[in-house]
Amino acid sequence: MKNKFVMGMRHGVPIMLGYFSVSFGFGVLCIQNNLSVLAAVGISVTNLTSAGQVAGVAVIAAGGSLIEMILCQLVINLRYSLMSLSLSQKLDSSFNLMHRLFVGFGITDEIFAVASAQTEPLTPPYMYGLILTPFLGWSSGTLLGAIAGDIMPASVTAALSLMLYGMFIAIIIPPAKKNTKLLFVILLSAAVSVVFHYLLPMVSSGFAIIISALISSITAALIFPVSAKERGEAAE
Amino acid sequence: MSIAVYIAVMAVTTYLIRVIPFAAVRGKIKSPFINSVLYYIPYAVLSAMTFPAIFYATGNTVTSIVGTVAALIMAFFDLPLIVVAIGSSASAFIAGLIIGII
Repeated sequence: MKNKFVMGMRHGVPIMLGYFSVSFGFGVLCIQNNLSVLAAVGISVTNLTSAGQVAGVAVIAAGGSLIEMILCQLVINLRYSLMSLSLSQKLDSSFNLMHRLFVGFGITDEIFAVASAQTEPLTPPYMYGLILTPFLGWSSGTLLGAIAGDIMPASVTAALSLMLYGMFIAIIIPPAKKNTKLLFVILLSAAVSVVFHYLLPMVSSGFAIIISALISSITAALIFPVSAKERGEAAE
Repeated sequence: MSIAVYIAVMAVTTYLIRVIPFAAVRGKIKSPFINSVLYYIPYAVLSAMTFPAIFYATGNTVTSIVGTVAALIMAFFDLPLIVVAIGSSASAFIAGLIIGII
């Protein structure tokens, strides 16, 4: 039981290191958007999701409505439903409802990837360990990023606010080089988003992200349906 | 509106999205169309969040564009995420210094 927990924690260490740097950027971004250090850490501790948090900060900074916040999180984080669905088929019989309610909180892209790569059924101690280390990386990175954002000169924090976007680019460009369907989605989504920002500025940024993402993914799904095999390969 | 309300709504929404299928739903989604949309969504979301926001992220269009181009080039050559992130920021910072001198 204890061993499984430690094994999970160990499997979470590479994720923790990656999360630390991403969430550092998120902390800086929060300060840039006039959020407090406490708010930045509060968001990371309760959400544990990169893209959703960045979009959420955009909604808060723009004074958007709560409906906009809900829709925004729904669209951006909908993929977690699928990951949860997939992992629910891999759980050990000791996974009762209480464990599911706790572990469900920690399903992220990377944790999902590691968990689904396990050959044995997933036990609660393993999952708690696998979630704990990345969670600590995510929270502490946000805290330090927010503090740094508060004390560093404006020229440095301005440059650091590019970190998260740089990371997003590093996520989407390499697969798009080999996959023209993905390249199509990325370019279409960027184009729609640019049109919203410069030609339809009355549409708030949260809604602009939702609409751009839905238009481009639905268009791509209609023109280029993806087979189960392709999805499996691209999923991780 | 209080920031705490925003954060609470954000957290509860995200939690429910994750936990409802985990705790309740069984079986798999069969529709190829829905599965295709769900496959594309993460890329579409990241792209829409990055563009055009990255063009004015630093508060200065020139340094932002320098950082964007640096990120695109480094990502094209498959450099690790953290290298692209820091390299993009560093390029923008250096561009800012050069502009300051000029």
